[in-house]
Amino acid sequence: MTYLAKPRLRHPTLATNKVGYTRRDYEGKISTLCAGCGHDSISAAIIEACWELDIEPHRVAKLSGIGCSSKTPDYFLGASHGFNTVHGRMPSVLTGANLANRDLLYLGVSGDGDSASIGLGQFAHAMRRGVRMAYIVENNGVYGLTKGQFSATADQGSKSKKGVVNTDNPLDLVAMALQLGASYVGRGFSGNKEQLVPLIKGAISHGGSAFIDVISPCVAFNNHPGSTKSYDYVREHNEAVSRIDFISGREEITVDLGPGEVMDVRQHDGTVLRLRSLHPDYNPGDRYAAMAYMQRHHEMGEVVTGLLYVDPLATDLHTALNTSDRPLNALGPAQLCPGAQALERLNNSLR
Amino acid sequence: MSAIPQIEAVNDFVIKFANVNGSGSASANELFAKAILRMGVPVSPRNIFPSNIQGLPTWYEVRVTEQGHLGRRGGTDMMVAMNPQTWDADLAELEPGGYLFYDSTRPLPPSKFRSDIRVIGMPLTEICNAVYQDPRQRQLFKNIVYVGALAILLGIEPEVVEKLFGEQYKGKEKLLASNVQALHLGCDFARENLREPVGLQVRRADRVGNRIFVDGNSAAALGCVYGGATVAAWYPITPSSSVAEAFQKYCTKFRVDPSTGQHRFAIVQAEDELASIGMVVGAGWNGARAFTATSGPGISLMTEFIGLAYFAEIPVTLINVQRGGPSTGMPTRTQQADILCCAYASHGDTKHVLLFPQDPHECFEHAAAALDLADRLQTPVFLMTDLDIGMNQRLCEPFAWDDSAAYDRGKVMSAEELEAGRDFGRYKDVDGDGIPWRTLPGTHPTKGSYFTRGTTRDAYARYSERGPDYIYNMERLLKKFATAATLVPQPVLRPAAEKTDLGVIYFGSTSPSMHEALETLEEQGIHLDALRLRAFPFPDSVVQFLAQHRQVFVVEQNRDAQMRSLLINELDADPARLIRVLHFDGTPITARFIVQAISTHVQQTQALRAAGTKESA
Repeated sequence: MTYLAKPRLRHPTLATNKVGYTRRDYEGKISTLCAGCGHDSISAAIIEACWELDIEPHRVAKLSGIGCSSKTPDYFLGASHGFNTVHGRMPSVLTGANLANRDLLYLGVSGDGDSASIGLGQFAHAMRRGVRMAYIVENNGVYGLTKGQFSATADQGSKSKKGVVNTDNPLDLVAMALQLGASYVGRGFSGNKEQLVPLIKGAISHGGSAFIDVISPCVAFNNHPGSTKSYDYVREHNEAVSRIDFISGREEITVDLGPGEVMDVRQHDGTVLRLRSLHPDYNPGDRYAAMAYMQRHHEMGEVVTGLLYVDPLATDLHTALNTSDRPLNALGPAQLCPGAQALERLNNSLR
Repeated sequence: MSAIPQIEAVNDFVIKFANVNGSGSASANELFAKAILRMGVPVSPRNIFPSNIQGLPTWYEVRVTEQGHLGRRGGTDMMVAMNPQTWDADLAELEPGGYLFYDSTRPLPPSKFRSDIRVIGMPLTEICNAVYQDPRQRQLFKNIVYVGALAILLGIEPEVVEKLFGEQYKGKEKLLASNVQALHLGCDFARENLREPVGLQVRRADRVGNRIFVDGNSAAALGCVYGGATVAAWYPITPSSSVAEAFQKYCTKFRVDPSTGQHRFAIVQAEDELASIGMVVGAGWNGARAFTATSGPGISLMTEFIGLAYFAEIPVTLINVQRGGPSTGMPTRTQQADILCCAYASHGDTKHVLLFPQDPHECFEHAAAALDLADRLQTPVFLMTDLDIGMNQRLCEPFAWDDSAAYDRGKVMSAEELEAGRDFGRYKDVDGDGIPWRTLPGTHPTKGSYFTRGTTRDAYARYSERGPDYIYNMERLLKKFATAATLVPQPVLRPAAEKTDLGVIYFGSTSPSMHEALETLEEQGIHLDALRLRAFPFPDSVVQFLAQHRQVFVVEQNRDAQMRSLLINELDADPARLIRVLHFDGTPITARFIVQAISTHVQQTQALRAAGTKESA
């Protein structure tokens, strides 16, 4: 969180996307996180995803809680309105913002301290309500801003930098999101941009509540041999269930087909998630199978990544509430106020 | 019997129903009150109920008051004692010469009665058991049967009650017929068996006028509909839940697009109070008018977000229907005890706008005004009602709305203004009133975006921990608060008939009892200028009022004289001149209580002065 803006110099030949923006237009302020922080890679992936999706930056509302991860919305999409709310309570603020104006894209950024501890309840209820948003948890298993305490996602038996062993069971936000009814659930790794960018693109285009847990090593406090959230550990134990391509609905589909089975998942808005299964027995359309698969592999010490579950036809809270197509914040007295005559009739009924 | 002196009163008495919670008496008792109202006689009913679903004692007190005194009077002239559990206490509460109406199915020994009251026995259970087979019907219709009997005893026209049934059960003919039958069972029994006249009588009058009869929670909800609230997020808590429920009802009635069936509102029952206020903050940030309704414990949970909304300057409306605290306190009783916790909610230096409606009419007006004020000031605004106004039906002026009125959306900079090159500093005081301009997310592709946060920043919303930036911001917030004092509903002065150096300050639901007390005090020769506060921050007229009076009574319904503390703290008022009048047992304050407290104090002061004069002489 800095007030130093990046210099506006740009190469004259920088490519622009369909809405006329260069990648630079999706950047934010200079990051004040530690060099090598996984969170900065996630910011870069968000920038990439939004640029590639031809999203006008100002049509995104980015909200976060409190913590290292929650500082990151300041470092991407500088032309968007951002909101650094209170610890763990981003989901409710985002829900309210979303109810006020359904026309914007909502990006919720949170951390493991933020979402798995104080904000666990809000995380759960936003998922179960189907608030349309891309909810990204930058998960490093540690409290960085307060210098290295375990978070609730730290694995049992993992060690802190000071050598303390974690005795508590970890919370798995992905398993919870699956159980709670999130309609798009993925896990990524900040060190794997190739996988992360399409995962984020799919989440942004999804019609319901999309959740991505991104393992994002903390270089200052949780990137040592005793950690299960370090770069080395995740690289060694990563179990990717699928390779994902995201294909915009307006584009001709021309991607290369690789080896393995291919499944096209067409979403409400016409976009296509093309999944190349790395494991023939993995079915991202089966919520319960996904939960079992995840837990089995967790017991084996593996970190399952990729798009784990998607309901391509998911709808959102606005559908459930039958809210007007015109955003609520754009309605005026003519649409909202019943007027003096109606009030007089009401008065009469109260006499 | 006739040797016992009995209370004689026409259109001016208090009748109280002692029932068991869950016995279905509430609607019958309300019917009784409404019938009197339909005869043109003002009534002021109050539900006194326990924090319990079924089985505990509950009371419904109806003050019949041709004079229009809508506060509680104190004392009971007739007790309809339907609850054996509370028999002794109910009996003790009767004024000498009062009337006890009871179910005489099972005879009671003379020791269970008082000798200075008149007892009217009616075998309600026996009558109902003879007519109805179904146990629930036997129970429910017992209530209607006693309404019928009371109608005859007190001179209430049964046709009026029948008409009310007709309205209530429109289209439900079977229910209508069975209720009318039960009513007549009661009427007939009373005509034939209870012949001795009762001194309490209702007589047709023309004293209700065009006033309406409604509860404050419904009124506040309606104010939110008229004021343009589109997002409501709430969590159930007594006594505020019916605000959100009424909002849902009115929105369904008024805010569904007839052509598409789509809703022009969004109501979320959140998982807790933290999420409710969070949603309101998010919606307010994004330009929708939003509110939550809660009570004391909910306010406690919301304080962190209230601080954020204050510091990040986000419009938020909170309806706080106060109940007895602290902690879970008395969940179904009334108090005005959240004043300080709302005025200064959250950590750090904060001050919030509070509105104090006196009745449902003002609940409506102030709810709509709160939405305007929140947008204009970009800050949390609290509508401070309480259980007494919120959950009891009150006779009040009809709701009014000016169709030409536009919503005050405050300083929201448009894309055109940004495009025209208007300087946008989110926290910059460009107009000198302390209120900055804001932009809504999505307004302009390249201009006007900013980052909202609870940490400190400069006038352009850039993170900054520089002392001068912080001080600029904090002092601007104070200036904004001073501006708020000019925008909030102003106090209402009720001057005494004679010149006096005594004043009284009161607010909110104390109002009707206070007005009655002022009349009584005047009859006793005690004259007070009265100032009814309607908002915090205090406008200049409050300072003037304090300056103009030697002594000012501050009447409030809490233990610690919270409004007095606020006056002292905010206005540097001299504590010695502010006299506490405090009522906090959870029941609504009565005129008797106020009269007693003030007259005692005045007499003591006069006695002291007289003694002092003698000594000095």
